[in-house]
Amino acid sequence: MLSVNNLDAGYGRARVLFGVSLEVEPAQLVCVMGRNGVGKTTLLNTVMGVLPATAGSVTFEGRDVTRLPPHERVRLGMAYVPQGHESFPQLSVLGNLQVTLEASGGPQEALEEALETFPRLKPLLKRRAGFLSGGQQQQLAIARALVTRPKLLILDEPTEGIQPSIIIEIEEAIERLHASGLSLLLVEQYLDLALRLADRFLILDAGHVVHSGAAEELRGEEIHRLLAV
Amino acid sequence: MEAFLNQLPIGLSIGAVLLLIALGLTFTFGQMGVINMAHGEFIMAGAYTAYLLQDLTGRMAVIVALPVAFLVAGLMGLILERTAIRHFYGRPLDTLLLTWGVSLVLQQLARDLFGAPNVQVQAPTWLQGGIGPLPYNRLFIFALALATVVGIWAYMNRTGQGRRMQAVMQNRQLAAVSGINTGQVDQRTFFIGSGLAGVAGVALTLIGPVGPALGTYYIVDAFLVVVAGGLGQLRGAVIAAAGLGLLNSYAEFWSDASLAKVIVFAAIVAFLQFRPQGLFVLRSRALT
Repeated sequence: MLSVNNLDAGYGRARVLFGVSLEVEPAQLVCVMGRNGVGKTTLLNTVMGVLPATAGSVTFEGRDVTRLPPHERVRLGMAYVPQGHESFPQLSVLGNLQVTLEASGGPQEALEEALETFPRLKPLLKRRAGFLSGGQQQQLAIARALVTRPKLLILDEPTEGIQPSIIIEIEEAIERLHASGLSLLLVEQYLDLALRLADRFLILDAGHVVHSGAAEELRGEEIHRLLAV
Repeated sequence: MEAFLNQLPIGLSIGAVLLLIALGLTFTFGQMGVINMAHGEFIMAGAYTAYLLQDLTGRMAVIVALPVAFLVAGLMGLILERTAIRHFYGRPLDTLLLTWGVSLVLQQLARDLFGAPNVQVQAPTWLQGGIGPLPYNRLFIFALALATVVGIWAYMNRTGQGRRMQAVMQNRQLAAVSGINTGQVDQRTFFIGSGLAGVAGVALTLIGPVGPALGTYYIVDAFLVVVAGGLGQLRGAVIAAAGLGLLNSYAEFWSDASLAKVIVFAAIVAFLQFRPQGLFVLRSRALT
């Protein structure tokens, strides 16, 4: 479904990714792990086209998308929830969902489906997104991505800085989406969460993939060494 | 007291023109970070459009000139964005120099086409006269600005295009990864913003002569409106434009033109000490 081959990327002269490769098969949840500053967000930004790849390729459903702008990747079925529960703060919750729906050209039902995933948003539709709590904003962010009816959902630390009660809801939603056959690429810092959700994982260190494999392999001593701060 | 009342429509109509000019600037500045010094020349282009149309269309000249000037100035803006400005996004100082250069070229072009002396556009007969101290031409300008603000507000809040424009203004990167074609939205914003400058140019022909340097008289004041009102803020622009128009005309009335400028600048500097971000700011929990 998604295949990333020998991807290089960086900011100006500072190179961050060195030949990163990964595969996401249909209906699979792949978790990217690693310490702070190893290039996890850079990897997702490059996969989505926010940052240009300096070498290597990104292929989605057999199509080379390496040079496509982000909005065209969305049309093909990729959706991205960036780090830090971002929103369009001055638009209402409904406006946030609608603007995405209109841009992706999807049917109105997609909006209702997205709200079914996060029913907590329903009473908040008229509120300005900027005034929601962090947890509510993160649910809105995921709902906004779902409105485009994606085939692949890319999430960057969806539980970071969010109150525990909502973390559970978000986790459950991710599990349900995974069970429904959606492919997911997830960046997650917490080992126990990754263990529970992921089919496969890869660990980044200083812009290189240092380890990858099936989720069961995550339990070894070696892994703890690579992830420890 | 009567002198005070006489000055009111003058101040408000200048404020209305400033608002039309500032709307375009505040959107291009707020959305794309572009300081467009050539914006003043779109005003001039709108004014000359009205000048060229006045012989053709007779009594309805102003009404015909408004949409035509909108298109002419809008297309000029679009061409400028496509050919030059888009290569300089994220580099405000370079765009400033670039558009200033374009502004000088356009002024010279106007001198070559229409001559250096000012020309006059005859106000239609139905705009001559007035009710008491309120001249029709200034009332017309005021109504025009009011209609424009209502139109822009409806466009931004009631249409899909306007929602996308707001989304790009509030979070460009998120808009892109949400499937919004940000380049297309930028072009549209540039077109509309420049078009409004053309409309302002037509309005100016009702209250004064038209010359190649017309834009330079208003561009600085329009930037003051943008800064005082807050970037990309419709409400802020309306209040700041009205305030600045009134302050300008009353300061001029009680002193003289040059001292009035000093008073206005001093007032703006003092205001920015208290509210460096302008009247209204994009505020949210996510951004703090």
